Amino acid sequence: MKKVFGGPAIFLDRVDINTDEIIPAKYLTEVTKEALKPYCLEDLKLEGFDPHGERLKNARVIITRENFGCGSSREHAPWVFEVNDIHTVIAESYARIFRQNMFNCGMLAIELPKSDIDALMTLEKEANGDVEVDIDLQEQTVVARGNDRQESFNFDVSPFDKALVEAGGWVEYADAHY
Amino acid sequence: MGQTTAEKIFSTHLRDEPFPGTKVLDLDRVLCHEITTPVAIADLEWRGKDRVFDNTRIKAVIDHVTPSKDSKTALQAKMLRDWARRHDIKDFFDIGHNGVCHALFPEKGYIRPGFTVIMGDSHTCTHGAFGAFAAGVGTTDLEVGMLKGVCAFREPKTIRVNLTGSLQPGVFAKDVILFVIGQLGVNGATDRVIEFHGPVVDVMSMDARMTLCNMAIEAGGTCGICQPDMVTVDYLWPFIKGEFTSKEVALAEYSQWCADADANYDKVLDFDVTELVPHVTYGYKPDCVKPVTEMTGTKIDQVYIGTCTNGRIEDLRQAAEVLKGHKVADTLRGIVSPATPKIFQEALAEGLIQVFMDAGFCVTNPTCGACLGMSNGVLAEGEACASTSNRNFNGRMGKGGMVHLMSPATAAATAIAGVITDARELK
Ligand code: SF4
Repeated sequence: MKKVFGGPAIFLDRVDINTDEIIPAKYLTEVTKEALKPYCLEDLKLEGFDPHGERLKNARVIITRENFGCGSSREHAPWVFEVNDIHTVIAESYARIFRQNMFNCGMLAIELPKSDIDALMTLEKEANGDVEVDIDLQEQTVVARGNDRQESFNFDVSPFDKALVEAGGWVEYADAHY
Repeated sequence: MGQTTAEKIFSTHLRDEPFPGTKVLDLDRVLCHEITTPVAIADLEWRGKDRVFDNTRIKAVIDHVTPSKDSKTALQAKMLRDWARRHDIKDFFDIGHNGVCHALFPEKGYIRPGFTVIMGDSHTCTHGAFGAFAAGVGTTDLEVGMLKGVCAFREPKTIRVNLTGSLQPGVFAKDVILFVIGQLGVNGATDRVIEFHGPVVDVMSMDARMTLCNMAIEAGGTCGICQPDMVTVDYLWPFIKGEFTSKEVALAEYSQWCADADANYDKVLDFDVTELVPHVTYGYKPDCVKPVTEMTGTKIDQVYIGTCTNGRIEDLRQAAEVLKGHKVADTLRGIVSPATPKIFQEALAEGLIQVFMDAGFCVTNPTCGACLGMSNGVLAEGEACASTSNRNFNGRMGKGGMVHLMSPATAAATAIAGVITDARELK
């Protein structure tokens, strides 16, 4: 199933956000993705961030810093985003397993250099957090709009990761090829 | 140009290179536990693909929450159990035979030099201690592994860590790896394999090498790798003696996986560990490490000895050695979870369980237990645990709890004193 990638963004201005913060271990007893829905980012401590607030509820894109998704391999982290209709993360860098899990689910983990993330964070401040992001996977561009102006960037995505997103994930791809 | 261990394993296991930079590898082992596997099983059923690629190369265990604590964990265990029966997974370990995955599977002789191993668990890097390429993956990678026996990777670069000098008494592999993570940082090895070399590793037991490799992921590493040698062969001998005419022949065979002298490294780091002292973490990230001397006196509510990092027999010996003849401080509770039934029995036979119980420790069955805050031993808000595990993230052992990572010896000394204590000072 193909996913929708753009939409309102939420900004998490911190490095090293780990998968225990994205979805605490106590919820790993669930055996369906849907059951995870209420617990997205529940243990994340970040000034101004409310895991039960409207901003997270409306968000379709997460914009954040270095080494996002480090720690446990739990795919529950991308899943909790998926069931909350967040199909895109934009970060300076990722932990390997989290990044692969995103593409394996047919979702996008976009990497942008620090200067681009800085520019996005500035845009967020000017726009009081109201930033909309458009993603064009074919053109490999991110366009962010807020406060009557926009920032646009190109991103790299490996041909394999792109193929995973287009196939709807790794299970579909692998089953067709191996 | 020579090759690193990981490069050798990649080139011999390459199934496909669908795009430049993406390598699809054939897998020797697909390991499963009851937390990350049931969702993969459910998804395979939903897709009408409830099959396995090879029921002998898949191994499974119920280890994280066992015996089950509630209806939900009972369902997870049941899903794994039913699936293992349905597909005739012979090496499936349930209550009475189960233990922490990264201690149990090596102990059964399932991991060999040159193997490719995946598991839906980030500490799969532990198995690199045998000269294997072993990587933690998510549930989708695991699912494809179970179904097709393949996994896709970007070929990782390798960081070579040379450990020279020799460890002082009372300083252990755990202290070395905490120190190394402190140097590398939590993402210093992302998309990298960490190859451990040098005289310090050469004299380490397999238990100690597994402790070293176990925490590679805490620096972001895909896998930690030690070079197969006679220590590896000795450990594996009961399982491989039918395959080789002598240990020397086995060693010659396994040595092919050692990195070439002219291999190309992303980075080479040299650490002389002769002056190294025991280390302890102080914050919510595993690279927040300090010498124990700077943490002495920090109040602790619970001590946890066990896990895939330090729940092996050597670890229990080191802790018991410190504990012998002492009592746990009455302000503190001590929990010990031998990592496998075999380790439990050895600890019984050696009198270690007696030492723990005399000191006032609670001895649990083999399980991950308190390590991840979803089973027993959960901390209350504001409490601190001195733990021999590998992860100190905020909330890891329970919301609002603090975890200080350390060696079994430091944990035992801390149990006696009630505050973080250098075991070398106790004697
Ligand atoms: S002991 Fe802890 S770190 Fe190791 S596998 Fe179990 S939960 Fe994970």
